[in-house]
Amino acid sequence: MPPVLVSRFTATSCIGRGLDQTLAALLDRQSGLKQCAFQDIDINTWVGEVDAVDDEEMEPELRDFNCRNNRLAQLALRQDGFAEAVDTAASRWGRRRIGVFLGTSTAGILQTEWAFRRRDPVSGCLPADFVYAATHSPYSLSDFIRRKLRLEGPAMSVSSACSSSAKVLASAKRMLDAGLIDAAVVGGVDSLCATTLYGFHSLGLLADGPCRPFSDDRKGISLGEAAAYLLLERMPDSPDGDAVLLLGVGESSDAYHMSSPHPKGLGARMAMEQALSSAGLSPASIDYINLHGTATLNNDSSEAKAVAGVFGATTPCSSTKGATGHTLGAAGALEAVICAIAIQHDLMPAGPEAGLRDTTTGIQYLMSNQRQRVSHILSNSFGFGGSNCSLVFGRSA
Amino acid sequence: MTLISAYLEGIGLLGPGVPDWPQGLAILAGQTPYQQQKTVLSPPASLPPAERRRASPGVMAALEVGHKACAMAGVRPAEPASVFASSGGDGRICHAICSALASGDTMISPTQFHNSVHNAISGYWGIAAGAMTPSSVVSAHDGSFAAGLLEAVMLLGSEQRPVLLIACDSDYPQPLHDARPVPDTFAVALLLTTMPHPGKTIAQLSFCGDTLFTDAEVQPMDDHALETLRQSIPAARCLPLLQLIARGEAGRVVLDYVNPPRLAVDVAPCS
Repeated sequence: MPPVLVSRFTATSCIGRGLDQTLAALLDRQSGLKQCAFQDIDINTWVGEVDAVDDEEMEPELRDFNCRNNRLAQLALRQDGFAEAVDTAASRWGRRRIGVFLGTSTAGILQTEWAFRRRDPVSGCLPADFVYAATHSPYSLSDFIRRKLRLEGPAMSVSSACSSSAKVLASAKRMLDAGLIDAAVVGGVDSLCATTLYGFHSLGLLADGPCRPFSDDRKGISLGEAAAYLLLERMPDSPDGDAVLLLGVGESSDAYHMSSPHPKGLGARMAMEQALSSAGLSPASIDYINLHGTATLNNDSSEAKAVAGVFGATTPCSSTKGATGHTLGAAGALEAVICAIAIQHDLMPAGPEAGLRDTTTGIQYLMSNQRQRVSHILSNSFGFGGSNCSLVFGRSA
Repeated sequence: MTLISAYLEGIGLLGPGVPDWPQGLAILAGQTPYQQQKTVLSPPASLPPAERRRASPGVMAALEVGHKACAMAGVRPAEPASVFASSGGDGRICHAICSALASGDTMISPTQFHNSVHNAISGYWGIAAGAMTPSSVVSAHDGSFAAGLLEAVMLLGSEQRPVLLIACDSDYPQPLHDARPVPDTFAVALLLTTMPHPGKTIAQLSFCGDTLFTDAEVQPMDDHALETLRQSIPAARCLPLLQLIARGEAGRVVLDYVNPPRLAVDVAPCS
């Protein structure tokens, strides 16, 4: 199948609003993680919180959608001229020919948590201002963005835990390949909430300091929040020389365990191999791998086995979660945007300094940023339930 | 003009007053009157004992219809790629976690937490069926069935292997029930193939590029109780499609999707 043009992209996370701040943080190897001071959460952990999300104001006609997840979604949509680029695409292709496929694992569950804290003491009812469809439902995110962008084509949310917003690129590519749409707004938005913070805490998977993917003393993940969008379009006859392309997608299931990865990384390996095959590329042609790299002991070692199995020990790779935290349902899209930045700026980001790397993994983990031409990147996203997705990006020339 | 076809070879069905597809077929074909009863769930034999004991209504219903659709088509459950469509995640777990957090109890059960993900059913299907194939997990509120059907047909085209669509929704306890009044569990599974198999294919489903996204209205079910069922559980929005199939009739059916557009499917019986 032909490549798909990534004609515009943007990301907002704890390392910055939009592309300029994100690039600067990657170049400086900064981390946006801080000791958790989110609402009244009482856990000794670090999080990647986006500043001033709650200052966002909703238009009156969209006030039902007012929840932290959608406020973050709206804040990010304003950056880098993304909404304007979608408008231009809409005038070119038609509003019915543009899909909206967004990934989220949390949607607005934080709103539901607070609604339960505000239950009527007598009747037990939730407060009257709680609107299920516009905040709690996984589809609330796609519905909100579709309304903001005034698009009228196909739409859905994908909610497959931490692979959600990688898999939306696969869904969009299939629909573009089938000729049902000419463009798609894809991406992911996930926001901090008590459910994920206390949930990962109860699984014993949260680090007590900033997460250190693939370090020899890694202790677990740091949760983050993010919103990232990519505008995918049918390939033009002559794309710009530095245009970023989505070349291939690969998906698989572990069929192993709900919250532990396959110990040999079998499902992960299948997803990477399929992504390469779908892109028509050999492992040797991949210049850099953006790892899922959550920094738990098991996830990193199982991913390393899978990567070493497919690529051997020489392909440079790194996880950027030490900078952004693990943004769960937004991670796939956030890291897709980081891949696009890497291609356009000849950058292989090493992520923040994290001491000694785990030398038992047998992969070429980057110890410092590399500035060189990056033609092909593979990005991994794996989630609970054994949901795996790998994406391959490249440049047009 | 784009024309995409899928061949329906297996159906699983379970809902209030609809214990399986053969009885659902008799009801939808007008041979048996529909009587609403509570959905009868059984623990999934295909899961290991620990997971079986903890299986939620959604997991029980989804695994049952999925296995039945595969059996009807004569397809090994590990073989198809899969699509899971659901309006929301597990309502009881959501209730339990939010209630505990509101009462200041922050020690969430690890099992409840990993079962709270929207793709829990997909994960359990993978484990039960031994399926390592791609699995999509989609949601479009009341249009989730149509979103899943469309995703399944797209996956069929890219994977060139059978695709199992499972759409499933179950009820929320109070107080969430007031905000999302889904009354019971309903699950449907469709096993789709890229090519027809004489004697096995039930119907051809076609999607015409010019007309599949439509402003046309959904034709309500003739039977008032079935129409109530269709409107009250998102996965039951499949009923107009199943009715045409049960009656062995050819025609176009319009399904609730992200209204607008709705999704138009052309159905042609094959046996």
